Amino acid sequence: MAAQTQFSGGFENAPVQAAHAFRAAMTVMARPGEIRALTGIEPPAPLSLAAGTLLLTLCDPETKVHLAGDTDTDAGRKWLTFHTGAPIVSADQADFAVGTWRALGPLNAYRIGTPEYPDRSATLIVECDQLEQRAAVLSGPGIKDTARLSLPDVPALQSNATLFPLGCDFFFTSGDKIAALPRSTQIRTEG
Amino acid sequence: MSEYNFAYLDEQTKRMIRRAILKGLAVPGYQVPFASREMPMPYGWGTGGVQVSAATLTPDDTFKVIDQGADDTTNAVSIRKFFENTAGVATTEETEKATVIQTRHRIPEAKLREDQIIVYQVPIPEPLRFLEPRETETRKMHSLEEYGLMHVKLYEDISQHGAISTAYAYPVKVSGRYVMDPSPIPKFDNPKLEMDAIQLFGAGREQRIYAVPPHTKVVSLDFEDYPFEATKADHPCDLCGAEDSYLDEVIMDDAGNRMFVCSDTDYCRSRREAGHVGRLAEENAA
Repeated sequence: MAAQTQFSGGFENAPVQAAHAFRAAMTVMARPGEIRALTGIEPPAPLSLAAGTLLLTLCDPETKVHLAGDTDTDAGRKWLTFHTGAPIVSADQADFAVGTWRALGPLNAYRIGTPEYPDRSATLIVECDQLEQRAAVLSGPGIKDTARLSLPDVPALQSNATLFPLGCDFFFTSGDKIAALPRSTQIRTEG
Repeated sequence: MSEYNFAYLDEQTKRMIRRAILKGLAVPGYQVPFASREMPMPYGWGTGGVQVSAATLTPDDTFKVIDQGADDTTNAVSIRKFFENTAGVATTEETEKATVIQTRHRIPEAKLREDQIIVYQVPIPEPLRFLEPRETETRKMHSLEEYGLMHVKLYEDISQHGAISTAYAYPVKVSGRYVMDPSPIPKFDNPKLEMDAIQLFGAGREQRIYAVPPHTKVVSLDFEDYPFEATKADHPCDLCGAEDSYLDEVIMDDAGNRMFVCSDTDYCRSRREAGHVGRLAEENAA
């Protein structure tokens, strides 16, 4: 395979591939706890396939992106700029942020929306080592009875949920897998 | 039709709509503003629904469009043709075979499944608009969860008519937080708003998108002593005999003869094919 450059790894057929990618992203956001495959993009390391695909599906010059920790590489910046034209910004201005949970840092750095416009909040793309339907118990909109999902930090996500209708929304990515956790989901540690 | 991008809209527009849909799903019932585009059809003909469908469809989908329950009315036919031409998707009139259903003013009678998506065309997304015309004020009312005015309106219905006379676009509270206009569906359809499918709402002229995820609690507003009632014409369908479906009243002649038929044409057709016979179908056969 040719070396990864800023020009490579994009969609080969953007309208169709992005449509499939969005449907996966929408399905997991509408059904917290569900895990879907998300591929089509080969982003530069350390971005996962799923995180790279999601970024190219949702970002463009209108969305500000924060690259947290290891994801903020020169190659990563050039690649994202070439494919999306998204401005790269600090955490407090971001519409989208991507990185490991540790790198993304305290949630209070991100925009949570305003009472009149709760949609003006950040969406965090959290890179995880694993993504499994176990551990934390989820309930709320999109979930029949309960669902389970391995979450990086239950107390922080619980306090995010208490901000509803404000708060951040989350995608969790690992390899080519994606799951999501909207602010509307109630989280328990067991049940 | 290769002159168009897949599903008509350009990719940047679709991304903007897709981001609005995701925020709408994260805050069920909240109306997300979006930069609605001009579509090749007039406002009021489902430009919001068409934009949401365009951002949602993939080439693998099977698309169904209904207008007041019917697959064969002008609005439904033209939108179905639009996506046949610009997205090349398969289309169907059968609710069961569809993966994406765009609807104007009805929810199909058949129970929708987990793998289906229903897109509503919405004329006025703001349930409080006829009570408070100023957007700045209704936005504040939503942020403060101040919905007393809506209950006053329902109360005035009772004081004037002895019952809640609101028959369509009946306000609902979604997941215990936002009061939402379910689009002008008859209140008969309100109980179906708690469903297994993903529900997306698009208002083109008013530039709003909102959503209800599957299995979300949707409560029709009412009073303890005047509970919500999902009403329909007290009559069986004259073609298929169904007693559980929403009916249209059709005037037959100048002498006042009339018939009641299922508003959901696919439901009525599938029942007749299964051998069910209504009053007028019986007379014709005799």
